[in-house]
Amino acid sequence: MKLSPVRYAAPTSVEEAVALLATCDAKIISGGQSLMPIMAFRLASPELLVDLKKIKGLGDIVLDSEGLHLGAKVKWIEIETDVRLKTAHPLLTKAIEHVAHYQIRNRGTVGGSLAHADPASEMPAIAACCDAVISVVGSGGLRKINAADFFVGALQTRLEPDEIIVKILLPPWPATRRWGFQEFSRRRGDFALAGIAAYFDVEPDGRATNAHIAVFGASDYQRRLTGAEAELNGKKPTADTFAAAARAAAAEVDPPSDIHAPADYRRALVETLTGRALADANR
Amino acid sequence: MTLRQPNSFVGRPVERIEDLRFLRGKGFYISDLSRPNQLHAVIFRSPEAHGRIKRIGIERARALKGVHAVIIASDLGPTPPHIPLRLQPLPELVPFHQPMLAFEKVRYVGEPVAVVVADTAAIAEDALELIELDIETLPAITGRASAEAAQSVLFEGHGSNEALVWTAVRGNADAAFAKADLIIKDTFRVQRHAAMFMEPRGFVAEWQADTQRMQVWGAAKVAWANRRILATALQIDEHAIDMFELDVGGGFGSRGEFYPEDYLIPAAARIVGRPVKWIEDRREHLMCANHARDIECNVEMALSKDGLILGLRGMSYSDNGAYLRTNGSVGPRNISQFMSGPYKIENIHLQTTMLTTNKTPSGTFRGPGRFETDFVRERLIDLAASQLGMDRAVIRRKNLVRDEDMPYPLATITPYESVTDLDSGDYPAVFDLCMTEFGWAEKSALAGKLIDGRYHGIAIGSFIEGGAAGPKEDARLVLELDGTLTVYLGSSAVGQGLQTIMTQITADAMEMPFDQIRVLHGSTSHVKDGFGSYHSRSTVMGGSAILLAAEKLKDKICEAGAAALGCAKEQVLIDGQTVRHGDRSVSFAGLSPEPIDVEASFFNKKYTYAYGTQAAHVSVDPGTGHVRVHEYLSVEDVGRMINPLTLHGQAIGAIVQGLGGTFLEHLIYDENGQLQTGSLADYLLPTASDFPKIRAITLELKPSPNNPLGAKGAGEGGIIPVGGIITNAVANALSSLGVEPMELPLSPSRVWKLIDDARKRIV
Ligand SMILES: Cc1cc2nc3c(=O)[nH]c(=O)nc-3n(C[C@H](O)[C@H](O)[C@H](O)COP(=O)(O)OP(=O)(O)OC[C@H]3O[C@@H](n4cnc5c(N)ncnc54)[C@H](O)[C@@H]3O)c2cc1C
Repeated sequence: MKLSPVRYAAPTSVEEAVALLATCDAKIISGGQSLMPIMAFRLASPELLVDLKKIKGLGDIVLDSEGLHLGAKVKWIEIETDVRLKTAHPLLTKAIEHVAHYQIRNRGTVGGSLAHADPASEMPAIAACCDAVISVVGSGGLRKINAADFFVGALQTRLEPDEIIVKILLPPWPATRRWGFQEFSRRRGDFALAGIAAYFDVEPDGRATNAHIAVFGASDYQRRLTGAEAELNGKKPTADTFAAAARAAAAEVDPPSDIHAPADYRRALVETLTGRALADANR
Repeated sequence: MTLRQPNSFVGRPVERIEDLRFLRGKGFYISDLSRPNQLHAVIFRSPEAHGRIKRIGIERARALKGVHAVIIASDLGPTPPHIPLRLQPLPELVPFHQPMLAFEKVRYVGEPVAVVVADTAAIAEDALELIELDIETLPAITGRASAEAAQSVLFEGHGSNEALVWTAVRGNADAAFAKADLIIKDTFRVQRHAAMFMEPRGFVAEWQADTQRMQVWGAAKVAWANRRILATALQIDEHAIDMFELDVGGGFGSRGEFYPEDYLIPAAARIVGRPVKWIEDRREHLMCANHARDIECNVEMALSKDGLILGLRGMSYSDNGAYLRTNGSVGPRNISQFMSGPYKIENIHLQTTMLTTNKTPSGTFRGPGRFETDFVRERLIDLAASQLGMDRAVIRRKNLVRDEDMPYPLATITPYESVTDLDSGDYPAVFDLCMTEFGWAEKSALAGKLIDGRYHGIAIGSFIEGGAAGPKEDARLVLELDGTLTVYLGSSAVGQGLQTIMTQITADAMEMPFDQIRVLHGSTSHVKDGFGSYHSRSTVMGGSAILLAAEKLKDKICEAGAAALGCAKEQVLIDGQTVRHGDRSVSFAGLSPEPIDVEASFFNKKYTYAYGTQAAHVSVDPGTGHVRVHEYLSVEDVGRMINPLTLHGQAIGAIVQGLGGTFLEHLIYDENGQLQTGSLADYLLPTASDFPKIRAITLELKPSPNNPLGAKGAGEGGIIPVGGIITNAVANALSSLGVEPMELPLSPSRVWKLIDDARKRIV
């Protein structure tokens, strides 16, 4: 489990990093929590590692009228310990509690998680659920990509080989919003076998509106479940509505099978977890 | 003269001596050791499960800068040496011994094919990518069905994939079944999993060409036996080898058995003429160290209508993997011999077939065969109770072996014949205590109830734990010139607190303070011979050897004291750390010009049987198949406790390990014999937060009559009934749906599927 020979660079600006990416078979390294195991197994053997650690300005958490900006280098531990976020974005903080283990949360980053795009990871689920916008910089300059377009398959994104994620923007979060987050994993901190992030707003007449339900773990990539959302929008948030939405959610996923869970089980989990996430939202 | 209290360290919760070192980061493990001028080895392993080797191309690897040697089977002689069986060394198993490097064929993914020695491990791994292996692929045998279909056979000379059949017999099973009122019959399976100790294996070996001596660091468990195997393989005298034990993070039966690397690293050191170090990585460990369990049992139980168990009959199949390694027979034979457990089942005919398959060879893992067989038996009893409409506690209690039945002979197993008796115990008393402590009566109200969306269930069951394997163990005591005492032992430390326990026993036997005693163990230079740590034997066997050696030493001390005091030996007595004659005395320090050195052996052929009862309360989430363990209680009688603190830790740890095997741990292969669980992200171990509510109570009701300590091998066994008890609790929880799990692990997807199928049946 030793790496193949690899060179290392730690540039001080995004532009310099982008330029380095174009020189050879190079890879960004951020927290290294996903990349290093892959390299140790020699599943990836890049020639050059471009470390983001000396680049300033990628590690900020900013709250403003546009919403919540998370720099690419923001670590899970920083989201967990930022007291503002418990009210500014409770769905995010709840989701990040489920990421990995203490040691990994001290290093793993928002940008690394989005770029790696593991289908069972939480941050992309929040991005998809909340219609986030991801800012990337490449040789062609800055691009903004909607989360709905960013994730395209297991470990696959629209990121070009010479592009770097610089930040993600989550739209503003109204205090009255109802939300729920549920995931099921074999042990605490393991990648989820299936998970659901959900929220909706409530009209003055008590009907649900603006429903957002995103799946992870039970799908090739994190995405919203529009069929389930349609079951919720315009209805009273009752147990029956939630059950209908949960059934719709299970019907519109096409889960993968692996050694930990067959597809039919994952589909059943989606139904269970959607029902529970919506019930949590309604508490 | 003040009245002195005799020492009484034995039986007290003395804190582990070892912990200060470990907690301060002062432990010294194999990867901490480096020798001057050392090189690093890595192993090239078969990427295929089954095939004939056509060609191994090593030229490009050999040419890589920094590579010193690439060793393949033909470098080891006309045929490479093989690993013999240490336990049950039957001649009919010789064809299944593993060659040190794959020879003519590969038989499992991970089998060593070549050794690369280089300046660094990273360079050696670079070289692995340059080795070319041409294999003519053969169909992979990956389980009972394909072993029996025999599209290919692993050992063509043998002609089938069935290596050997074990038979356990007692009474007349057929007669018992003929007159039974009820016969319960089913097929049960326990999945392949493994010991998974903390840090993987490793060795440093150094060959002294001038003196023709071999030094090997990294020995564990059975250093003397391994030295004999190594000496034969290297074709040198065993006394030309020194094996050294360093700290290890657990063994659980797997660490310290003889594996190919135990030979390959010393052999490589001799070939390159420099010290060679090898540290196994986790992926290698998962595919190379012994696997365990992996059985299928087609077994039936005969009962009378009032719930007496009359007999057990059936056939089990053990998937032993590609070769029979040192202790590969132990689990399969135990399945048949110990299926009756603590119950008085007079008529038994049970067989276990050992199958060879293209998977990693298997060996012992804590409670070998016993975890599996208890799963089968405890499930059968619950199924019977439900058919008979009997209470599950009542039926068990009724069938327990009574003290007046002791010594109670278990089934006799052949072909490597072994006869063994349960030694002593009040099984019903421990059962009753477990029921009371658990609150069986009150908790029974929960059985099958749906509370807050979860179904609750409980279960109870009893077990025995064999220990104290003979034939002997050695201890050497040396009274040093400064009056302190050094204890050298043949037992080895695998994390069980050996140093602490042996110091306690010595302190009491010699009436000396703790800090004057030093325990050294496990290295071949310490005592002439040693058997090591397996079968819950070190405390009983090593401890008893200390008692014998202490008597000898006291005699010698009196002799030396008498000489110094100018009187007869009979006139002196030992008083603290002095020898006294009347009002004259000499101190242990400076007692004689030479250290006083004695060695003694404790011989024992009879096993000890600790025994106990465990109970569990679980709940099942029907939406996810998740099982929560609300409470797990173990009550065990170990005869005599040397140290309640260390034993308690072992008891809890054993249960957690059993819960791991029940819920999480599974070595999964695909149909091509590729291991799917190559990291700890896929092979799931229980973590500290997974099973918080475990209690263990240890008793000293009935000492063992078979050794001077009265102690029974203990600490290993808490794992034994866990799979059966938890599965019974899950079945109890889901009784309204009629769910009866027959297979481990109880992964959430399996439990969910059972529930889903049951609902579909009901609708
Ligand atoms: C045992 C374990 C359990 C885990 N469990 C979970 C879990 O439950 N949930 C979860 O979400 N994650 C989990 N993770 C993953 C962890 O959260 C990772 O840290 C995270 O997914 C990747 O972040 P990183 O900063 O470590 O990225 P790295 O490992 O440094 O990089 C990952 C990939 O992203 C690329 N990359 C990194 N930063 C950028 C950037 N700014 N722009 C473009 N490309 C970039 C890299 O080139 C690489 O391809 C687990 C990891 C481990 C080891």
